[in-house]
Amino acid sequence: MENFEPEIVAFCCHYCAYTAADMAGSKRISYPANVKIIRVPCTGKVDAIHIMKAFEKGADGVYVAGCLEGDCHFKNGNTRARYRVEHVQKILEDLGWEKERLAMINMSAGMGERFARTALEFTEKIKDLGPSPIKITNTDKHHKTIS
Amino acid sequence: MITAEQKPLNEIIDYISPYDRILLVGCNECVTVCAAGGRKEVGLLASAINLHCLQQGRTIEIKEITLERQCDPEYVEELVSEIDRADAILSMACGCGVQSIAERYKEMPVFPAVNTKFMGASISQGIWAERCQGCGDCLLGITGGICPVARCSKHLLNGPCGGTSNGMCEIAPDVDCAWCLIWERLKALGMEKRYEEIMEAKDFRPAGGGGPRKIVREDLSL
Repeated sequence: MENFEPEIVAFCCHYCAYTAADMAGSKRISYPANVKIIRVPCTGKVDAIHIMKAFEKGADGVYVAGCLEGDCHFKNGNTRARYRVEHVQKILEDLGWEKERLAMINMSAGMGERFARTALEFTEKIKDLGPSPIKITNTDKHHKTIS
Repeated sequence: MITAEQKPLNEIIDYISPYDRILLVGCNECVTVCAAGGRKEVGLLASAINLHCLQQGRTIEIKEITLERQCDPEYVEELVSEIDRADAILSMACGCGVQSIAERYKEMPVFPAVNTKFMGASISQGIWAERCQGCGDCLLGITGGICPVARCSKHLLNGPCGGTSNGMCEIAPDVDCAWCLIWERLKALGMEKRYEEIMEAKDFRPAGGGGPRKIVREDLSL
């Protein structure tokens, strides 16, 4: 699919990744507009169903960005988030999807550059993987209807 | 509690593939506690089935309901108002719940979404282990509160066998030898004498050997 611009949902912890995104903005470091940020009080608040709903609503990729391991503001929310991400990755694999469409990423509040680089790298990865299998089916149907 | 684990997704999808309207029913009891079939798991499974169907280019209608208890007719009755709007029921309860629904709604195909495992206790967050086999004649009073029927791999009543090694069972390095645990516990309680009493062969009829079991309490029945 040419000119594919993926839709990416990033669940960002208020105490690290969200602040890092802010930092990237303050430093005028640009990152792809494909990434739609959802601020959460802690990645431990991100439930498996939130990630699944993002995919159901058409996200091509999702990542959860939390504090560095051992640095969670609420002690172990980021560890819980990692387990949940792994659980949903298993569901995606069972469905025949690439598990790389979902990732857990860790960073601190001061890592503005890392936030921008991560957003860029993840967007590139999803571009390589192509649109979500849901969209491929819908596009095929659309083409069949037209022809 | 009764423990369960979700069935492989492809098995569940195979069951429901001929149907367009699914009633997905969870249970608020044991399967909620062991995170196999509570409200949360119902939501996740519905979402996974939806993703599968979207990928196949077909639409499916999934109605999510979680009953207080699927093994009680009073609660199963609550599905009456939804049953006409469904082609099949997918139950996330243990085998008792699935059968309660099947018995009440005879015209409706009912499929299990979990594999019922065993009667177990929570060891720590996310870990459950078998603790009771429902033998119908509890021995815990003479074995220091540790069950040889459920926890000895051979269900020995006068153990341990030669397969015990440093307190562990020969079947796997992470399985405790139940008889080693029993001895240590009796010793700690100063009840070593109990260990020396030979237990007679157990009557396994109350354990299910006498056919399907039933409890009848006439003082409670209406």
